[in-house]
Amino acid sequence: MAHNKTQPLNYLRESASQTAGPYVHIGLAPGAAGFEIYERELGTDIAGPNAPGERVRIEGVVYDGLGASVKDVLIEVWQADAAGIYPHPEDPRHADVAPGFRGWGRVISDFDSGVWTLDTIKPGPCPGRMGRVQAPHLSLWIVSRGINIGLNTRLYFPEDTALHAADPILGSIEQRGRVKTLIATKIAAGQYRFDISLQGDDETVFMDI
Amino acid sequence: MKPAEFYMRDRTLHPPSYHPGYKTSVPRSPKQALLTVQQSLSEITGPAFGHNDMGPLDHDLIKNFDHGGDPVGERIILHGRVLDENARPVPKTLVEIWQANASGRYRHKKDVYLGALDPNFGGCGRTITDDQGYYFFRTIKPGPYPWLNYVNSWRPAHIHVSVFGTSFSQRLITQLYFEGDPLIPKCPIVQTIPDPQAVEQLTAVLDMNTAIPMDCLAYKFDIVLRGRRSTLFENRLEGN
Repeated sequence: MAHNKTQPLNYLRESASQTAGPYVHIGLAPGAAGFEIYERELGTDIAGPNAPGERVRIEGVVYDGLGASVKDVLIEVWQADAAGIYPHPEDPRHADVAPGFRGWGRVISDFDSGVWTLDTIKPGPCPGRMGRVQAPHLSLWIVSRGINIGLNTRLYFPEDTALHAADPILGSIEQRGRVKTLIATKIAAGQYRFDISLQGDDETVFMDI
Repeated sequence: MKPAEFYMRDRTLHPPSYHPGYKTSVPRSPKQALLTVQQSLSEITGPAFGHNDMGPLDHDLIKNFDHGGDPVGERIILHGRVLDENARPVPKTLVEIWQANASGRYRHKKDVYLGALDPNFGGCGRTITDDQGYYFFRTIKPGPYPWLNYVNSWRPAHIHVSVFGTSFSQRLITQLYFEGDPLIPKCPIVQTIPDPQAVEQLTAVLDMNTAIPMDCLAYKFDIVLRGRRSTLFENRLEGN
């Protein structure tokens, strides 16, 4: 289509994503790949030992569209502390973040069972847009062989039903039956289960953030 | 400055989740539309890393798995900048890489390729960009690698690259290819990228000015993360 010449905009374009592949552990969790190389692997201290809040353990399995567990998945987690504060300068309250709280963790699934386990603290509610409140949630980013671009989703906690009703993200899900795919199941005191389905009738709600 | 959102991700240059030529994507690709999220504090913030997280040899793959010598293969410097879509450098961000050795073998308990392991090559590195967004690694150029997608599929020589930026919405994993590799256009994983220019942007270029005479060659690879809106007008991201 012909059009008049203009000035160029000169924005760069984001680098294209490529799959993390089957050997993502070499780079991001070399101990699991079978060798010691770094003095300290990253992502194992999401909350630190001193941050206040309820200590929780979350476990789950990522399933593919045929119901098979994804045994080579890597999940990264980003979350606020128990007061709903992110350790990041864009959070106006960040100077008050809990001591030693990093907010970021990285887990991989067991090569045999496909189960991944995350130990952290439960985040508090945090500010949303337009003065709304977001229910306590973990932001998740999922990569593996066969996933061409990392998948974003969120994990919410089942006991926060009143906050869920007011949560702007949960409220924006048109197919109400799919909301439950973002809510963990409590299996014991301080223990939750959160399975993720990449595809199928119970496909998890993934997000374009 | 009030918080501002990152530019919408241009999904026309990224591979779609479902790409049947890359067989493993078939059962691992969501079929429903992604939920559109207006960014909040949860999306515009992200983790920070510092030099305390790094060891002194973490960026030197020729030395960081030294078991009595250097690895075999083509010695290279891999360097470039992490930029955003506004062409601004992304300083102090974590860059992690992993790769096969010169014979295309990964040091991973699940890799059974007959290419030999190199006793002096681990295959992973990490570094933090400087104030100008600049990073560098020293490594060995990886070899091509066969895999069972089709009967005779081979990956071009590639290095996996993981970058953070300043927010969780910028998180990116990609792969770096090498200029002139005839396997690039044949690769089913490269072919998941719908935009030829986007493939070029993942192809590192030989950089003789950075090569060190009688020591190693060099390749330049810039990485671009999502850019961020300026707050010309109050956009009520946080409201009130």
